[in-house]
Amino acid sequence: MRIGIVRFPGSNCDQDCYRAVEEGIGAEAVYLWHKSHDLQACDAIILPGGFSYGDHLRAGAIARFSPIMREVTGFAGAGGPVLGICNGFQILCEAGLLPGALVRNRSLRFRSHCVRVRVERTDTPFTSAYGAGDVLEMPIAHGEGQYVAGGTELRRLEDDGRVVFRYVDERGAVTEEANPNGSIHNIAGICDEGRRVVGLMPHPERAASKLLGTDGLEVFRSLLREALAGTGAGSSASAGAAHGESEPAGVGVR
Amino acid sequence: MSAPAGLETMEITPTLVAEHGLSPTEYERILEILGREPTFPELGVFSAMWSEHCGYKSSKPLLRTLPTEGACVVQGPGENAGVIDAGDGWGLAFKIESHNHPSAVEPYQGAATGAGGILRDVFTMGARPIALFDSLHFGSLESPRARYLLDGVVRGVGDYGNCVGVPTVGGEAVFDPAYERNPLINVMCIGLLRLEELAQGLAEGVGNAVMAVGARTGRDGIHGATFASEELDEGSDRRPQVQVGDPFTEKLLLEASLELIRRGLLIGIQDMGAAGLTSSASEMAARSGSGIDFDVALVPTREPGMTPYEILLSESQERMLLVARPGRENEVEDVLAKWDLEAAIIGHVTDDGNFRVRDGGEVVVEIPVTQLVDECPTYIREALEDPEVRRLRDADLTPYQGLASGEEAVRALLVLLDSPSIASRSWIYEQYDTTVGTNTIVGPGSDAAVLRLADTDRGLAVSLDCNGRYVYLDPRRGARIAVSEAARNVACSGARPSAVTNCLNFGNPLKPAVYHQLSEAVAGLAEACHALGTPVTGGNVSLYNETPEGAVYPTPVIGMLGLLDRLERVVPSFFQAPGSAVLLIGETRDELGASEFLAACHGIVAGRPPAVDLDEAGRLVDFLVEAASRGLLLSAHDCSDGGLAVTLAECAIEARGGPLGLEAELTGRVPAAAAFFGESQSRVVLSCNPEHVDSVKELAGELGLPIASIGRVGSPGERFRFGAGGLIIDVEIDEAADVYRSALPRRMEKEAGLTT
Repeated sequence: MRIGIVRFPGSNCDQDCYRAVEEGIGAEAVYLWHKSHDLQACDAIILPGGFSYGDHLRAGAIARFSPIMREVTGFAGAGGPVLGICNGFQILCEAGLLPGALVRNRSLRFRSHCVRVRVERTDTPFTSAYGAGDVLEMPIAHGEGQYVAGGTELRRLEDDGRVVFRYVDERGAVTEEANPNGSIHNIAGICDEGRRVVGLMPHPERAASKLLGTDGLEVFRSLLREALAGTGAGSSASAGAAHGESEPAGVGVR
Repeated sequence: MSAPAGLETMEITPTLVAEHGLSPTEYERILEILGREPTFPELGVFSAMWSEHCGYKSSKPLLRTLPTEGACVVQGPGENAGVIDAGDGWGLAFKIESHNHPSAVEPYQGAATGAGGILRDVFTMGARPIALFDSLHFGSLESPRARYLLDGVVRGVGDYGNCVGVPTVGGEAVFDPAYERNPLINVMCIGLLRLEELAQGLAEGVGNAVMAVGARTGRDGIHGATFASEELDEGSDRRPQVQVGDPFTEKLLLEASLELIRRGLLIGIQDMGAAGLTSSASEMAARSGSGIDFDVALVPTREPGMTPYEILLSESQERMLLVARPGRENEVEDVLAKWDLEAAIIGHVTDDGNFRVRDGGEVVVEIPVTQLVDECPTYIREALEDPEVRRLRDADLTPYQGLASGEEAVRALLVLLDSPSIASRSWIYEQYDTTVGTNTIVGPGSDAAVLRLADTDRGLAVSLDCNGRYVYLDPRRGARIAVSEAARNVACSGARPSAVTNCLNFGNPLKPAVYHQLSEAVAGLAEACHALGTPVTGGNVSLYNETPEGAVYPTPVIGMLGLLDRLERVVPSFFQAPGSAVLLIGETRDELGASEFLAACHGIVAGRPPAVDLDEAGRLVDFLVEAASRGLLLSAHDCSDGGLAVTLAECAIEARGGPLGLEAELTGRVPAAAAFFGESQSRVVLSCNPEHVDSVKELAGELGLPIASIGRVGSPGERFRFGAGGLIIDVEIDEAADVYRSALPRRMEKEAGLTT
């Protein structure tokens, strides 16, 4: 399996993602240059964290116009798995591949610490190796991580079960205190309608080794699992259905 | 030669010379060197290069006494950063720098560009920056100005480091009225490199192209080096001398520079830092014994009409000066273009030993490089201790030695846990990305930060320390303590201290009392670095840290690096499990002088700082390293500000998984206040599995170190009970934890009414 990691000017988690892919799951990682139109026959694409284009204008607002993003959009349209982490999530929202937007943290300060997130859906290419309801510990590090979406959009996200991760406390409960940035419904990560494009603010690549914790490792390992099951890019938009996904009850959000 | 027909024929008057910070004697020396009157740009060049900041006028004779050699040292002082050998072909480049005056004027940009400058110093060595640290000294947080400065500085360091993608993983934050008008903002950077890719600031090979790359040169920061070498006065607007940082460009410049170095396209590279193009070009030539000849008209500028004087002295950020390998200039340009950066050939290397600058071909500056760079006049100033300091040091502390009751001791403990100099710093470091790079094994908040060393199973531990109050009351002893405490912090994690970088923050050296502090403190540093076998590989001197109200505490900040053989043996600072045995290594003496207890609980700064025996400090390091490598310890936490009671409380509050109770007692005859809150040196609180107690004591005995079992770690929800000097501190651990954690947010978020 070959996983492409896009390097925008200002990406700074590209090497961490590379390490997670190569050392964490033993797959092949390649860098994809933002000025290029070549996806190098990758099986999955990661948009890593960082400050693409210095967050000028708005986080992710300029990166969406990069040459490589046209290819990424096509790849996603064909059902290819795409993961956006932190700034990558912001870019996916700006590019319209995911709904909603990420705005400044409610505290108006950059926040960097460990959070807990609950896995809400396992029917995506990046969460199939988890169990529904698993509580994971991963770092966040962002100034603009407050997820917002309009009323209709938000209702559709929730109704379609497209919230993939939610900030929770140590007991797995959705609480105000567990929400580090004011995201609506404690949303930490979502997917698109086809369930192939996933974005999240926490950093799974920073929790993908024995020394730093392994809670994020399954995000990457899920891809291998999908490859083994033979449901590659474009072949299925509902791969997760095979895992007997059931809607987690009691979202309990405000 | 006759005076170059400069375009700027401003008349050189004594007033102009004085405005450039040059004394009449120094000006005489310039006339002698040139054999004529300097041009206006030449005066600017001398002013910058002979400033305290670039020329180390007052400190060079003192700095020569520091040990700079050791088996691990690959690059000592004199380069952009020091480098040590970390094994397996890896090197660590590291250095600390101050940005005190810019941050006092404009905290956000001042701190941001401080981070930017030290990052560049490290990546010009061919090293990828892997960690930043900040040592911050501010006035009391009761002052709105100090809160404004802290807020701006933290945002500045954070926004810059976060964007470049280098984690800020440790440091210190100290609050004392002595820093009210003149805060200290020191930033240290550590970078990782393959030793065969070590780059240097050299200008070799006659005819080789000199290139200016990165951001364009603008009118910002002109004469920053001179500004940094004066006292801060009231009223005048210094903002034009503060540079503005762009971390996005820095990130591009970082990637481009490392690519240039890795591909072997360069002879030399240097950051255009303080004194910009002037210092980088002249220093590169001086190191190589060559000359340099360039034309300011070829330097890409941000706006038209900049004069040679301005271009030479601009401190615009995110710029580098390169000397390319012959025939590779186009490849250099291609790499810069790949990263959307500009490159311009501005001149070439010569062999005539001159720093020659042209403006459209016409020579406007011609100065012999050696005299300019290496022969900055140095001074041994008059030193005389301030009698007031002697009086404070000898003050009678008996009125403070008693505590009336356990309740009073509890109150004192809570005051100390609420002191911003002791309380949890999470409000600060949670604004810094601490985990990018996936090397952070132990982040901020512990005695030392611990990072993974590349892909090895080894690590490096780093600590940044200085207690300015100690140095104020006894400069030599205070400096010895700064080094030994930094070494102890590193050793608490299990790492062996290797090398030191330092940032000497002092007042105006022309004042005998300040020069006394400086010379005594440097002597103390030298003694301690010798004794602990930790050479100094470079650093920074920041003088003139004073305002009309007086000088800051003399604050020689020590950045200590250590290496850890097995990462899996890293020792945490705080308690790990209920039921662990608690031991205290080191002797608790009747010492209250210069303590945080006196400052926070009684509002006095007095007494002699605690004694430090450097031989004992070295044996304690040996003990900690050996005990860690044998896997005997569950935790080790240095006993420092606030004394044993605070150290134990921190161990319990920050325990793994949340606060744990404690039952402990210190026996002996030391009176209660000193037993609880005295800051006797070379003490460490250890916890270990009860079955390892005998082995731990045996090891301490072999090294001649006093050790005692003092208690047992309790469970969550149990009380914190610690007896000493006939009294017992008995407090709800969650209450103590709450005070400790809310101290900074309570003060910092009150204006905004925000707590998250």
